[in-house]
Amino acid sequence: MEYFIQQLVNGITLGSIYGLIAIGYTMVYGIIGMINFAHGDIFMIGAFVALISFIIFGLTGVALPIILLLVLLIAMLFTACYGWTVEKLAYKPLRGSFRLAPLISALGMSIVLQNYVQVAQGARVKPMQPLISGGLEFFKNSEFIVTVSYLQIFIVILTIILMGIFTYLITKTDLGRAQRACEQDRTMTALLGINVDRTISITFIIGSSLASVAGMMFVLYYGVIDFYIGFLAGIKAFTAAVLGGIGSLPGAMLGGLLIGLIETFWAGYVSLEYKDVAAFSVLIVVLIFFPTGFLGKPDIEKV
Amino acid sequence: MEKKDIIQSFKDSLFTGLIALALFGPIVGLRTASKGEGLFITPQWGVVFLLVGLCILGRFLINLNSARKTEITFFSKFTSKFSAVTEDKAKHFAITAILFAVVFPFLPFTDRYFMDVAIMILTYIMLGWGLNIVVGLAGLLDLGYVAFYAVGAYSYALIATTFGWSFWICLPLAGLFAAFFGILLGFPVLRLRGDYLAIVTLGFGEIIRIILINWYEVTNGPDGITGIPRPSFFGLPFKRSPDEGEISFHLFFNLEYSTMHRIIFLYYLILVLALITNYFTLKIRKLPVGRAWEALREDEIACKSLGVNPTNTKLTAFAIGAMFGGFAGSFFATRQAFISPESFTFIESAIIVAIVVLGGMGSQTGVVLASIFLIGITEMFRDLEQYRMIAFGGAMVLIMVFKPKGILANRKPTILMHGDKK
Repeated sequence: MEYFIQQLVNGITLGSIYGLIAIGYTMVYGIIGMINFAHGDIFMIGAFVALISFIIFGLTGVALPIILLLVLLIAMLFTACYGWTVEKLAYKPLRGSFRLAPLISALGMSIVLQNYVQVAQGARVKPMQPLISGGLEFFKNSEFIVTVSYLQIFIVILTIILMGIFTYLITKTDLGRAQRACEQDRTMTALLGINVDRTISITFIIGSSLASVAGMMFVLYYGVIDFYIGFLAGIKAFTAAVLGGIGSLPGAMLGGLLIGLIETFWAGYVSLEYKDVAAFSVLIVVLIFFPTGFLGKPDIEKV
Repeated sequence: MEKKDIIQSFKDSLFTGLIALALFGPIVGLRTASKGEGLFITPQWGVVFLLVGLCILGRFLINLNSARKTEITFFSKFTSKFSAVTEDKAKHFAITAILFAVVFPFLPFTDRYFMDVAIMILTYIMLGWGLNIVVGLAGLLDLGYVAFYAVGAYSYALIATTFGWSFWICLPLAGLFAAFFGILLGFPVLRLRGDYLAIVTLGFGEIIRIILINWYEVTNGPDGITGIPRPSFFGLPFKRSPDEGEISFHLFFNLEYSTMHRIIFLYYLILVLALITNYFTLKIRKLPVGRAWEALREDEIACKSLGVNPTNTKLTAFAIGAMFGGFAGSFFATRQAFISPESFTFIESAIIVAIVVLGGMGSQTGVVLASIFLIGITEMFRDLEQYRMIAFGGAMVLIMVFKPKGILANRKPTILMHGDKK
């Protein structure tokens, strides 16, 4: 039982990270109907920017909460630039091209980003000393002590706050309305005087910033990153987006949580070596049996 | 050009520079390096300023050059003329290329290194042609093609090392195994729409790789399989001193022993395998199933209404593509005599997809040119491996932006109702 609770806590933490990345996939899919294959690598860049700024601020000796806030903002800003540029260079010229063109272009972009970071930052893994240590312990008098670290609490709370802000942005503001309008009918939205290109750009910026936050959490949580982390995390987050119903924002978060939980429980109870197989199998099974996911809208095939 | 325009483009370039600074500043400018315990930062501002300067200059030149449009049309005109020429002369080109490939090992400048590169290029050409059936003809983007390559290589290696059967028995078996895996994967997933299919195949490729790494009892895990038997020349092994009762190749033909014999044999082996793939593809395009693939690629709904069963049709394409991947895999295993999961990563799939896409989906000649270009030329710059991959990815993006149908676009259906209108 205690072991179960421990896995639950770990799963929720991991799920928060996946959920934040999944939002980027699902938003882009909703608005321009493409799988942004390079999103995982945007997450990886976010992790690198966060790592670099942690090292720089670590030298200055500022108080920890300020460092966290500053790193968060810096990572969001710089990673958003990447998201914006990728969209402008690789996806915008392809609107209206045949269906697989953006996917191939995204694949190319993903290869470029990975190898660019490898060249610029070196291929070795980058370790970082833990910044937030300690935690709360439960069930102290039982055999297995459940530990909820402060870091896990921080990750979950930060995710909840960001989700709150994000939901407000999408449901209540003009920007969110424009975005949802673009999702439904881009031509009509343009006729109504909304700058569609700008809305799409902003979608990419928001998605990338959320991914960068996930990247920062990843650095803090695992303490080790390399240029290749984006690939696996990206696939898993995409699975999360599909599981929750691609195009649906609450679905992405729900899917992220589920994937996080499935992965941790699989690793905890079934087999640690095959934990990545679990995520891929879930992806295949979900796509075959319920391609619309939990909260997605059925896809109507148009002639 | 008016003064206002120049100022405008100047501002625009500065903005580009600002963005470039934000992009390159942290990632390129602040290189993290381990030193003792923990990480330290080594600034590299020189490179950043160079990159930012290049971006500003490039943007400014692009803005200044209002003739940019004509340049692009010139580019596409040039390539379409090129593809028109190659299509008209396709037969001549093919014959010349094949002749060249046949005499290549005996040309005076051909040495061991050239042969190795040529064998590698031919392996990729074969893989490209195999994948072309799936991507080019049937229009299914398969990002996990390397899985079939791996299945072929591993089944060849396992059969050959356990049972000791000869290459010519193991090769078809490996192909069959790969085709079986193709059906196994294809059956459930081929109902999916194009982009979902791509991701699922990618997932499948990764699953295969993870299984290869972890299933110690069979695959020997990350250490791979060693001692895979080399192929023999119809029963004559390529050995300096053959075992008792055996006659080796050089003794039989009364030649002096040379390691080149085996290399040349391998070269012709892969050449023949690749040409079989090509011949098969060219023939099957004219059969009902080949026509159905092309029709499905163009319009799935129309096909359904005309009574073509999309899942079965796609499944044949998938299985046949997988089979050729399996053949290529067994060749790889026998050439290397050693295989490990390292050789079957996602990036291999991406390279094969890149070859097919850059060559122009569906164009057989395009695959050859793209393989020579991507594998051959970049092989010369082996030390710049990482830059090579950046160029790879960049080329994929550029081709999609400027020439989405590939350098040698050949999406023209094999047959038209009322003949070709020219």
